Amino acid sequence: MASLVTKNGGLFARIIKNVNDCSKRLSSSHFTYFPDNAKPVEGETAKMNMMQAINNAMDLTLKTDPTAVLFGEDVAFGGVFRCALGLQEKYGKDRVFNTPLCEQGIAGFGIGLATAGATAIAEIQFADYIFPAFDQIVNEAAKARYRSGGQFACGALTVRAPCSAVGHGGLYHSQSPEAFFAHVPGLRVVVPRGPTSAKGLLLSCIQSPDPCVFLEPKILYRSASEDVPVGEYTLPLGKAELLREGDAATLIGWGTQVHVLLEVAQMAQDQLGVKCDVIDLQSILPWDEETVCNSVKKTGRCIIAHEAPLTSGFGAEVAATIQEECFLHLEAPVSRVCGWDAPFPHVFERFYLPDTTRCYHALKETLKY
Amino acid sequence: MSKIIPSVAKLLAGNTVTKVGAPVATTSNAKYSTKSEASFEIKPFKLHKLDKGPATSATLTSEDAIKMYHQLATIRRIETAAGNLYKEKIVRGFCHLYSGQEAVAVGMHAAMREVDSLITAYRCHGWTYLMGVSILGVLSELTGRRTGCSRGKGGSMHLYGRNFYGGNGIVGAQVPLGAGVALAHKYNGDGGVCFALYGDGAANQGQLFEAYNMAKLWDLPCVFVCENNGYGMGTSADRSSASTDYYSRGDYVPGIWVDGMDVMATREATKWAIDYCSSGKGPLVMEMETYRYSGHSMSDPGTSYRTREEIQEVRQTRDPITSFKEKLLSNELATPDQLKEIDVKVRQAVDEATKQAKSEPEVGIEELTGDIYCYCPEDHTQIRGLHPDAPLQHIYVAQRN
Repeated sequence: MASLVTKNGGLFARIIKNVNDCSKRLSSSHFTYFPDNAKPVEGETAKMNMMQAINNAMDLTLKTDPTAVLFGEDVAFGGVFRCALGLQEKYGKDRVFNTPLCEQGIAGFGIGLATAGATAIAEIQFADYIFPAFDQIVNEAAKARYRSGGQFACGALTVRAPCSAVGHGGLYHSQSPEAFFAHVPGLRVVVPRGPTSAKGLLLSCIQSPDPCVFLEPKILYRSASEDVPVGEYTLPLGKAELLREGDAATLIGWGTQVHVLLEVAQMAQDQLGVKCDVIDLQSILPWDEETVCNSVKKTGRCIIAHEAPLTSGFGAEVAATIQEECFLHLEAPVSRVCGWDAPFPHVFERFYLPDTTRCYHALKETLKY
Repeated sequence: MSKIIPSVAKLLAGNTVTKVGAPVATTSNAKYSTKSEASFEIKPFKLHKLDKGPATSATLTSEDAIKMYHQLATIRRIETAAGNLYKEKIVRGFCHLYSGQEAVAVGMHAAMREVDSLITAYRCHGWTYLMGVSILGVLSELTGRRTGCSRGKGGSMHLYGRNFYGGNGIVGAQVPLGAGVALAHKYNGDGGVCFALYGDGAANQGQLFEAYNMAKLWDLPCVFVCENNGYGMGTSADRSSASTDYYSRGDYVPGIWVDGMDVMATREATKWAIDYCSSGKGPLVMEMETYRYSGHSMSDPGTSYRTREEIQEVRQTRDPITSFKEKLLSNELATPDQLKEIDVKVRQAVDEATKQAKSEPEVGIEELTGDIYCYCPEDHTQIRGLHPDAPLQHIYVAQRN
């Protein structure tokens, strides 16, 4: 291990040197943010970070949908990450309000509200705290339509929760629980990669007739900033997005990890002279098999990376599908670069994350297989 | 007071501080106008489903007074150091300070016996110190160093010690654990009582009511202690709770309200609770009304949901340390110089520990995969992850029984 670390350390230094000019590297984070330059709709834009884009999406919803209600712990003053900032003043205490600290209750309450016809946006303060609500989301929300023979549903429920590594979150402010929810038919699970995608996908989730779990990589709230269309727009759920094209390999990720992979693709182009497809899965459930498999059939090589632990991470599902669908096209085994099968470590975050060094190394191994 | 007192006070202080537990000849203090004991009136307790509560007057010896003052001052100082370390970005992760609530822990601890156990949430630095972990053990856990009481692997929220079951990160999750620990006391017949602490915010978590029910159903020696500091994160108690009489929210579990800013009240209530629970009467709910000066955690400035004036007022009129100090002085249980000397010693001890907590090494990277399992089967000793070709070896760091 020691030698691996040293080796990677040296490599890491070289990489930093090489990519320093590509975009601004945040001193405290393990990735470089790649802004979205392609706008999903025409029209006026404004500079927003992801927190502001989410705030904007909820603002538009509360303005246009009189049944929309937003609630969660400390939401009245904006929530810990300030995504609801100013919304209570604007729309009143009966539509934007604090709940007690009771995640199971928040989810159940939201399900009831949505079943009765309101648009319910529930905030769980950290995705790490969502587990008391797991039963409500898995057993009540996801199955409501099915078990009532389509008579009742709570599709107007969206549960928002900040997820993933933030640089110093430790055990209970860093986890990425998307795979738990990906095992639940009836739910939609979505992870945005930045302000533009967060706004469009959140609006889609809120308007979706199925209950959605919307996981927001919390490190992007302030560190990801770009020009975002100010008007209402939606992005399709269940669709992945091809962000960068190539023919050497397919790199698949979601959330913060997309930016790690974009950087790795740039490194591969600069240092190895090869181009890669980079796919942001965006929707974890249901997910876009077509985009993924078309890409892998073209490139024959694939890396999937996520922060959550390797075993039973959502990468396992993607890899299994790829080998089934693209078996005769594969030139190398599908590789996963993921968090360790360890609790999210307090002091070893840098060693835990599938950072550029690790993903780049995996890509090189895959390319020379 | 005459000028002769300071030097005598120093002698006395040395005596009491270094020989804790030994009978101290404080009776001779009389001639130096320092008394060996005094009695105090306590703000009346409020009772729920109880005919009788703790007595509202209590006696305090100067020896206990000095010890408690030392503990109060140490906790306050540790928290100041923790706050500064966080601001210097040396403490990683989240950090919740206990300043303002010290009297709850110090009074309770003064009443607790060796056999009793305790579990709390993430505002746990002060409790960890009281439960026997050194100042360095606390602070270097915060800084993530090898000398931390959880080897730097838990951080601010996950401190542990003897009979101290943590240090828990999820709001309310520790309370049912407390009921389980209480069952162990009962099962083992050791006479111990478990204190399960939570805040006014956590009081609204469903699992608390599950725990109350089990504890009463099986008459477990468990005291559910609600530290009501007025705010569950950024929401005040009356905006989050349909009933803010937290001592009565166990319904069929008897309860008692305690002035959590008075170390005498928390001590007497805890003594009484131990008698009650260890005599087989089942659980109690104990609400300690207190106040936190800092925000919920270091990332909350603590001023967007309350006024600065409110915090100032509590500091000036109800501060648990200042008010205890005044009591000690006016009842001549200690001299100003004695207390000043304690302050100086505490500051030195915490400053030293802080310095060391910054310079200790972290545990090695191999511990990333240490102690995930108790035992790995021989063919499963590798931890998968990150690197497709190089799993890490699971290692055993802590001693296995």
